[in-house]
Amino acid sequence: MTALPVTPAGHAAARTLTERHRLRWWEPAPWILAIAFYFAYPTYLGFGTEVLVAILFALSLDLALGYAGILTLGHAAFFGAGAYTVGLLAFHGIWNEPISSLLLAGAVAAVIGFGSGIVLLRTQGLTLLMLTLCTMTLLEEAANLGHEYTGSFDGLPGLPIAPLLGKFEFNPLFANTQFIYALVVLFVCFVFVRTLVYSPYGQSLTGIRENILRMHAVGSPVRWRLVTCYTISAAVAGIAGGLWAQANAYVNLTTLSLDRAATVFIILILGGHGRLYGAFVGGVVYMVLAHFLARIYPTAWQLGLGLVLVVIALFAQRGILGIGAALLQRLRDRRVAS
Amino acid sequence: VLFGFDVISILLGGISAGMVLFIVSVGLSVTMGLMGFVNLAHGAFAMLGGYVIVLSMDELGLGFAPALIVGFVSVAAVSVVFERLLYSRLYRADELDQVLFTIGLVFVFIAAITIVVGPETITLTLPPALRGQFDLGFTEYRTYSIFLIVVGVAIVVGLWFGFERTRLGAQIRATVDNRRMAESLGINVDRLFTITFAFGSGMAALGGGLGAEFLGLDPQYALKYLVYFLIVVSVGGLGTVVGVFWASVLIGVLDFVLKLYIPKGGTMFIFALTILLLLLRPQGLFRKAER
Repeated sequence: MTALPVTPAGHAAARTLTERHRLRWWEPAPWILAIAFYFAYPTYLGFGTEVLVAILFALSLDLALGYAGILTLGHAAFFGAGAYTVGLLAFHGIWNEPISSLLLAGAVAAVIGFGSGIVLLRTQGLTLLMLTLCTMTLLEEAANLGHEYTGSFDGLPGLPIAPLLGKFEFNPLFANTQFIYALVVLFVCFVFVRTLVYSPYGQSLTGIRENILRMHAVGSPVRWRLVTCYTISAAVAGIAGGLWAQANAYVNLTTLSLDRAATVFIILILGGHGRLYGAFVGGVVYMVLAHFLARIYPTAWQLGLGLVLVVIALFAQRGILGIGAALLQRLRDRRVAS
Repeated sequence: VLFGFDVISILLGGISAGMVLFIVSVGLSVTMGLMGFVNLAHGAFAMLGGYVIVLSMDELGLGFAPALIVGFVSVAAVSVVFERLLYSRLYRADELDQVLFTIGLVFVFIAAITIVVGPETITLTLPPALRGQFDLGFTEYRTYSIFLIVVGVAIVVGLWFGFERTRLGAQIRATVDNRRMAESLGINVDRLFTITFAFGSGMAALGGGLGAEFLGLDPQYALKYLVYFLIVVSVGGLGTVVGVFWASVLIGVLDFVLKLYIPKGGTMFIFALTILLLLLRPQGLFRKAER
């Protein structure tokens, strides 16, 4: 095949497209920081695990909301499905091996994601928002109703999780095991999501977000792309939920609540959606602020959070990373100009 | 007949709860239909109104009717400020930003109410004339429920008249149907929206006050009942008045029956039904499909 003269290989746009999947020099930084955290703050590892779970959950939402543009307020449905899968299996003594139950959690969430996605993703905008919200509330009510199995509002306490790999004790007393475990799970999921996002498949998701009509017109199987993306996103959210249940050794209705769905939404937007590292920045910033401010001044925290959201919506629609990227761009432009 | 009596009391109880839903939600329906703005903060305006009404009765000693007027006017005025300063910047933005902005607003309202009034639940003390039972001739029922039904029906008739028979109503309907066409005909859509937004928020305030008797008022009100308001609007159809009225009656009665006979998990049916309905008729039960 002869190269088309329209986009020479050296063209800036072509270079961006062919090289964007390559590893940037700073990309190992989050992982180095996480390992440094492990050694620097051994007493905060429980909190660190919480942050990692929040990042993973936000990453799953980023795939659906940030990349494919699926407006959902019900993502906690999958988080909760994963958490209850782990919880129910462990509590009733059916299965409690950590890694395989995490995979099961992802699978159950994926099934729910596929089942609801195939039906719901025909709609858009407000209707979609309502449908995802109602699906989540429906699951929450169902979990509330199955009192004998799910313990309703009180949830399932004291889950007996088996030792990791048959060797390492796994419960909230062994925060270091949990932190490393959560970090590895996050890393594996992240590598998967990163590969997906930079693949042609990921590119077509962005296309759907930017202009759904045009994607229809060029013959992209838009609905299937959305359904598969929603399913994958649900699976990752389910893994995050399962991880949460394992780390806390309990499950309750809050895993399925609007509160959790809104929180993950906020974390992602705060960091910057449609960017791989938005979930990381948002997760760390939100969780640290929540951890230290919300305990001391709960009301002021809520007020501040509300104001921040309003400001982001009005002035900084791409989150913290978006602001950073804009500043960097301006700096570069100035250097070129001078 | 015992069975007949049951049906009547269920209908009256459900419809009176539905009236509150209707009064709160009708503004949301019209503003969402007009601008396509996803306003999740509508419940917060209802909550604000409820607090203004209840507190002006308790603290300032106002009567019920004057308090309702104070609530309507003050919340409508506040909402105009919000609309002009903040909402209007986001009319052409993504739904995502609108959702984010209005969720943020809800948090601000919740925190503000918690700081100013406190986190406790407060309730409405009814004036003596509205307490007790009312003799309908064939049965007796709570006076306040009858009062709510009368008020709700009066409002829907008034709104229907305003919507279908006045110039302003015609402009609103035209803009809901085709915004660009309405603009090119010289209708000032921005001004129209400010008016309807203020009116809708005022109505929400009224509903917040009227419903405070049995819903109670606490800072979480804005989030707690939001799902119900949204369900009513999407079942009834965006931009309709009469549609939202029937949807409110439907949801009100259904909720009442389910809570009475299936106290555990009865509300599941409402959500399941809503999902089904939205899938089959995304434009709502009472709105004609787009041609």
